[in-house]
Amino acid sequence: MTTTIEVDNVSKEFKLHHGRHQSLKERILHPGAGTVEKFSALENVSFSVQEGETVGLVGHNGSGKSTLLKTICGVLQPTSGQIRVRGSLAALLELGAGFQPELTGRENVYLYGSMLGFSRKMVDVIFDDIVAFSEIEQFIDTQVKFYSSGMYVRLAFAVAVNVNPDTLVVDEVLAVGDERFQAKCIDRIRRFQEEGRSILLVTHNADQVRQLCQRAVVLDGGKMIADGPTQESLRIFREHLLEDAATHETIESSANIQVTSVTTPSGTFDVRSGSGMHFDVSVASETAFSGNFVIELFTRSGLLVSRSDAQASPVNLRPGVNTIGVDVAQLPLLAGIYDLNVGVVDSRGSTVVAWSEKAASLEVTYDGRESGIVEIGATIHQD
Amino acid sequence: MNQPASASSERRSLADAPIRVVSHRASLLTRLKNLWGRRELLVSLTASDIKIKYKNSTLGFFWSMLSPALTLGIYFMVFGVVLKSGIPNFALYLFSGLVVWNLFQTSVNTATGVIVDRAGLVKKVSFPREILALSNVGAGVVYFCSQMLVLTVVLLAMRHQPAWGFMWLLPLSFVSLYLITASVAVLMSGITVYMRDMKHLMEVALMLWFWLTPVVYSYSNSMAAQLKSHGLLAIYFFNPITWIVLTFQRIFYVTQVAVSPKTTTMIHVLPNWPLSTYVEMNVALLGFSIILFFVAESLFGRLEVNFESEL
Repeated sequence: MTTTIEVDNVSKEFKLHHGRHQSLKERILHPGAGTVEKFSALENVSFSVQEGETVGLVGHNGSGKSTLLKTICGVLQPTSGQIRVRGSLAALLELGAGFQPELTGRENVYLYGSMLGFSRKMVDVIFDDIVAFSEIEQFIDTQVKFYSSGMYVRLAFAVAVNVNPDTLVVDEVLAVGDERFQAKCIDRIRRFQEEGRSILLVTHNADQVRQLCQRAVVLDGGKMIADGPTQESLRIFREHLLEDAATHETIESSANIQVTSVTTPSGTFDVRSGSGMHFDVSVASETAFSGNFVIELFTRSGLLVSRSDAQASPVNLRPGVNTIGVDVAQLPLLAGIYDLNVGVVDSRGSTVVAWSEKAASLEVTYDGRESGIVEIGATIHQD
Repeated sequence: MNQPASASSERRSLADAPIRVVSHRASLLTRLKNLWGRRELLVSLTASDIKIKYKNSTLGFFWSMLSPALTLGIYFMVFGVVLKSGIPNFALYLFSGLVVWNLFQTSVNTATGVIVDRAGLVKKVSFPREILALSNVGAGVVYFCSQMLVLTVVLLAMRHQPAWGFMWLLPLSFVSLYLITASVAVLMSGITVYMRDMKHLMEVALMLWFWLTPVVYSYSNSMAAQLKSHGLLAIYFFNPITWIVLTFQRIFYVTQVAVSPKTTTMIHVLPNWPLSTYVEMNVALLGFSIILFFVAESLFGRLEVNFESEL
């Protein structure tokens, strides 16, 4: 196994200038004006990505993940520490940053390719694939300034994935394009995985990480707080968000609420597909609190099966231990193991107050012959 | 490793792939190596610079010859006809110096603001940043070549023999010109990030610089005696572009002493130095410009570190 990206004890400090003047006149007139504050964006971060691995880099806004990404791509130099990247690396950072609006799509493909470090010959070979993937055949010889933003991004994404880098760095870009194009991008990323290339996926979307990554690294305030299997890292990530919420919002700090247990009357979580099920969630609260209750169901591969409406299941917690019952009339799931997350959010459904990741695992048995996740029970007719 | 056969058969082993190291500051040698490794990007950027410049204009690339020709026409009218410089074949004299100056001036002028102008790219994509400035110099070289072509045509039309014995100094002189232009361009593009005034200051500085270079006047005829009497000769020759201009003029204009057609007096158009002086001058200049380029590169490396937060 070869290491493709090795981040070795990397720190990055920024100097923040307050009110410093940028023109020569102002600098001469006020030489000492402005103060410089040092801001540490990354502190001693170390991790590595192996060949064929897909690693998620998660953290909320301002956690330093974009800074780390930029240092990995070589746009920023770390203040101390070192990053070693083996083989070619293509970054889907701000798609289309290298595009020249005055040039045509075709000219931009070659220019962007060479910016990513690929020769004209290499781009020649994959040019047709790029155009086909981007779906803008008839506009390829049009100046890029006439493109719609969707076309712009599609072309940039098509170049970055089709140059077949050893490592692909993806930053929040899966949010672009329509749903169909997004699905196509995810497919392309899956093919990348199958080909044994490495991917570093940077996002604050936990669902995406669950879906695509085997491992996740969590950053918070420039420090690395977790590096491990996706489920475990995401649990730490969520708990950290809760702690932050508790310190930031005064309403929440008074409400010390915890999910203590999830139980079923029978004591097991084995269910038959199509049957009903009931389980009880014990929530301990120090004070009275009105909010909403949320459940999430995931497949083992990290696909979100269902998330309940976080604004339409109100619960009124009393001080002490509350029991909340959850009923499912008919479970439409097919055979498999499903992970259950439960939690309490505030009345607006925007802030998580208590959360239990992987509170229980359902084991669903199914006698029919349909396969997949959900039974839709299609019947076939012929006239 | 569980790769599907189709993919693995085409891919080289990753274990043999080169490692790129990102650390605080790269050494000059690593920087130069990186630069050389990305020469193809330099070519593409240069090509796109030229394409963008002439896109949507009817005459297109023809402007790269037309606009220097018009400038030449203006200088010819002002200095040759109105002020009566008295230099015979004045257009040719102008042309042989102007090709040198045009390369230097257009490159430095465009490169000065290039990193600020392309901040979006600099903050997002990794490549040696000086390539942006070098691509402007590259475009300047392309225009230089097209002007040289015109110069050749003019020489042929006038049946004017260049100084063949000096011709081999031309590539030497050109390399120095390229390196000096590149050094100034790279350095200015970096400094402008920290001091945005540089762009305006540079325009004025270049104008002053132009008049300190013997392009529209003759150094030997109008400057040499004055400078010598004031002891300013050494300062005048601080300007390396002067050395290159004098070499170009010696090669293409050739005539050192001529009889002015209007006043019928003898004028020294070019200094009457022997070949050996030009050789010494150009060898020294080449050494100087190589050192200058290294200095510019390493200074740029220091400037580059904080681009992200300054842009």
